[in-house]
Amino acid sequence: MALLEVNDLTVSFYTQEGVVTAVDDLSYTIERGEKFGVVGESGAGKSVTALSLLRLIESPGEIESGEILLDGEDLLQMSDSEVRQIRGNRIAMIFQDAQTALNPVYTIGEQIAEAIRHHLDYDEEDARERTIELLDQVGIPDAENRYSDYPHEFSGGMQQRAVIAMALSCDPDVLIADEPTTALDVTTEAKILDLLEDLTDEFDTAVQLITHDLGVVAELCDRVMVMYAGQAVEKAPVEELYYDPKHPYTVGLMSSIPRVGDDSDRLRTIPGSMPDLIDTPTGCSFHPRCPYAEEACTRTEPSMIDVGNGPDAREQSARCLEYTNDLQHGLGFDVSIDEDLSERVPGDLHE
Amino acid sequence: MSLQKFILKRILASVPVLFGVSVVTFALMHITPGDIVDQLVAANPNVPAHESARLRREFGLDQPVWVQYLNWIQGVLTGDFGEVYSSSRDVSSVVLARLPETIILGLFGWVFAVLIAIPGGIYAAVNKDQLGDDVSRFVALSGISIPNFWLGLMLMAIFAVRLDWFPTLDPQTSLLSPSMLWWLILPGVTIGTAAAANMMRIMRTSMAEELNKEYVTAARAKGLPERTVILKHVLRNSLISVTTVAAFLTASIVAGSVVVETVFGWPGLGLELIQAVHLREINLILAITLFTGFFIVLANLLADIVYALLDPRIRDEY
Repeated sequence: MALLEVNDLTVSFYTQEGVVTAVDDLSYTIERGEKFGVVGESGAGKSVTALSLLRLIESPGEIESGEILLDGEDLLQMSDSEVRQIRGNRIAMIFQDAQTALNPVYTIGEQIAEAIRHHLDYDEEDARERTIELLDQVGIPDAENRYSDYPHEFSGGMQQRAVIAMALSCDPDVLIADEPTTALDVTTEAKILDLLEDLTDEFDTAVQLITHDLGVVAELCDRVMVMYAGQAVEKAPVEELYYDPKHPYTVGLMSSIPRVGDDSDRLRTIPGSMPDLIDTPTGCSFHPRCPYAEEACTRTEPSMIDVGNGPDAREQSARCLEYTNDLQHGLGFDVSIDEDLSERVPGDLHE
Repeated sequence: MSLQKFILKRILASVPVLFGVSVVTFALMHITPGDIVDQLVAANPNVPAHESARLRREFGLDQPVWVQYLNWIQGVLTGDFGEVYSSSRDVSSVVLARLPETIILGLFGWVFAVLIAIPGGIYAAVNKDQLGDDVSRFVALSGISIPNFWLGLMLMAIFAVRLDWFPTLDPQTSLLSPSMLWWLILPGVTIGTAAAANMMRIMRTSMAEELNKEYVTAARAKGLPERTVILKHVLRNSLISVTTVAAFLTASIVAGSVVVETVFGWPGLGLELIQAVHLREINLILAITLFTGFFIVLANLLADIVYALLDPRIRDEY
């Protein structure tokens, strides 16, 4: 049994303009200790998916249907107090911007220690000790003294380290990291990602890493899900995704990564923008932007088809009519392996 | 900068403010027609003109305004606020005798306002756009709109006269005895209602705004009970803007005390001030305005200290 299993999750927001289906019939699984990347443009439903796992979708949003199974237990069927036992304890979250995720009027130490006291039943003194230990583990120097510092006395990178310490404080099974490095500069980003990788390996924590940065995914993740307009359009092990992407949108994302040595004047982009989720296009929601779209794409909604080449075809799946043989002309893209890029995929992922 | 230094600086900064208050009050008193002598002789039309002139000379009212002001401020700087012309009593002794009455009434009104406003505001913010919020908005709007003299009269008519639950008119007991509470409730509620209503709206707005911040989601994501999230994490942040308003409302409570003390016959500074204005008792008026000015400055200083206690970022600036 997978550690986390999301089945047919649908989340809608009832806005004045209409019903926005932010997450549409989404399914995926994360194994114990696995690092799972979720990639997509802004508005693809990544963060909403993450908040759904903690049942923190607020009005006017609502989880409409589906299951979120943690070790086989459905979070969506639990009472509020049962869910609170899960939050921060078995599923923890690292927020995008540590500065806004920390309460400005309480000390860093207190904000970490309160979760420890709450979930692990530690007394004041033990919780303090464990907090200092955690701060030390995430690389905050002089942790004992920094315990009583306030968030504004920490730099951005330090704040994110503190937030990571907070998320790991109760030794969660699943860590959701929602663009944990977006607010940071590039050097700090690299350090934080290393830290995240080391600590989650050490504690054998499964990670759901949400990002729009394919480079980060390549560095950190085992498997990836590409999201578009609230749906998964491709799921694959990380090296399949990079070497053999199956969905035109994934290909678009890949080719929009700027490369060293590329002498074209403009950045390649995917033309157009994400559709309005109140009024999603008929058929395949990507068809208005897809260079290979045919008439069939505007009518038939594709479903997720297993397309893996390896021994287990279920490893990779994509949502495109090509794989149900409904396209007349097929997908005309070629993948050329760029040496510079391939080096970014660590070799130890090939097991 | 340390907190002591900050407090000292603020107290020093209040000196020019109080100086300004005294100048404006002094000028206003001289712009209004009539003086104490006119008031004193009005009751007796047979007083000859030379007698009035003698009285003016005796009180120093015949001198140019700026000389009068300089004489007065010279006295104030040495702790002498002059005397009440009509009774020859010392102004400071009159003010000191009345001051506790007003402070007790004001404090009661203020505490009443806070006790209503904070829980009411929290409730409204948590139930934003639901029935409870609408009810609280209606109550707050009524509280702001009802004039305090009318509210005072109505409370008296209903609770003191009709139902006979509370005594009214001059409190017949010592200020610090527990039974004093019975005399305090009606005027205290009257004086605190508008402040409570104002503060409740600010509390609601401020908390509703804080509730949208990400640290709230983060606190919930830690698995903390909603009670802890609201009362520990959100409340302290929301109180920062309420503190500003609470200090600001001190002025309205002080102003309200003039009306409310008159309505309830409460023997405080407000009542004294009204009588002093009628009689053009300039020394008394100046002393009372100066005192109230001082209390408003003090309330703002307290607010600044409370900010520092609530928010470490402000603490660092001192």
